[in-house]
Amino acid sequence: MPSGNTIDDNSYENHEALVVEDDAGNLEGQIIIDALQEVLVAHGLLTAPEVLKEIEKLESPGVHLGAKIVARAWSDPDYKAKLLENGKQAIGYIGITVGEAQIIVVENTPKKHNLITCTLCSCYPRSILGQPPSWYISKAYRARAVREPRKVLAEFGTILPDDMELIVHDSNADMRYLVLPEPPKNLADMNEVEMELLVTRDRLIGVSR
Amino acid sequence: MGIAAHYQRFRKGDWVKVKHLGKSGHVRIPFYVRGKRGEIVNFCGRYLNPEDLAVGNTAGPAIDLYRVKFAQGDLWPDEGIPEHDHLVIEIYDHWLSSAESSEGRQ
Repeated sequence: MPSGNTIDDNSYENHEALVVEDDAGNLEGQIIIDALQEVLVAHGLLTAPEVLKEIEKLESPGVHLGAKIVARAWSDPDYKAKLLENGKQAIGYIGITVGEAQIIVVENTPKKHNLITCTLCSCYPRSILGQPPSWYISKAYRARAVREPRKVLAEFGTILPDDMELIVHDSNADMRYLVLPEPPKNLADMNEVEMELLVTRDRLIGVSR
Repeated sequence: MGIAAHYQRFRKGDWVKVKHLGKSGHVRIPFYVRGKRGEIVNFCGRYLNPEDLAVGNTAGPAIDLYRVKFAQGDLWPDEGIPEHDHLVIEIYDHWLSSAESSEGRQ
């Protein structure tokens, strides 16, 4: 194990293996789950269709929910204020159930950009964005998003002007984060469905503006 | 016990320093903020300690959680980090001590 400059804990690596891929791209957790499912199915305790149904339930939230939240915030200043004040509660107002303890909504402006990462594992607002992209849980993104965020952003094609404030949010504990991107210039000509089409996953994580 | 009866040690704008607790196991405070000074952004509520949850202790107590903001230039030795670049991370109360704003800044 490589040692850092301030190592004073000895066994912190033990819980990490489940979310870290090996050199061949395997996740230890996936291997264990596959083996467990095989055993449970063989003993008649579970069927494969039941597992698929649960996976579907897990995967039904997606970026479309995040897009709906953003479009509402763009078109309704009162809603936007509520969303920035208490994300979970405001998202509930438009009929979307948040499973996480809290959603902290961070607003991009012409002078400020927000970027979300989870350096410890893969924390992500899954109930409103679905499952995170594979790069989000990669060791490279998690380490570099905090150490050299401007370089990471440039690799995503997002080159920030030097005078723009950049705030990286490490989602390391109980909060989950959503970036509120800047609205389009021709907002007044658009309806909410048209606005939703402009909202991509990458903009909600902050790797794109 | 009601939340209203509970007194938080820190308020928005207070300066804090992240402790080196030397705990092993499931610890959610990364090394890159340990020993660093930052500013309280907000109080997030009280949550069960992941260090307890990881070993099956769900009895509590719940611990105050804060979002803390650090200057990127204070976290990393790299040249050329803009002064206005920051990082915000969540820190549980037992990892924080009070700090003076200018003390120990580089």
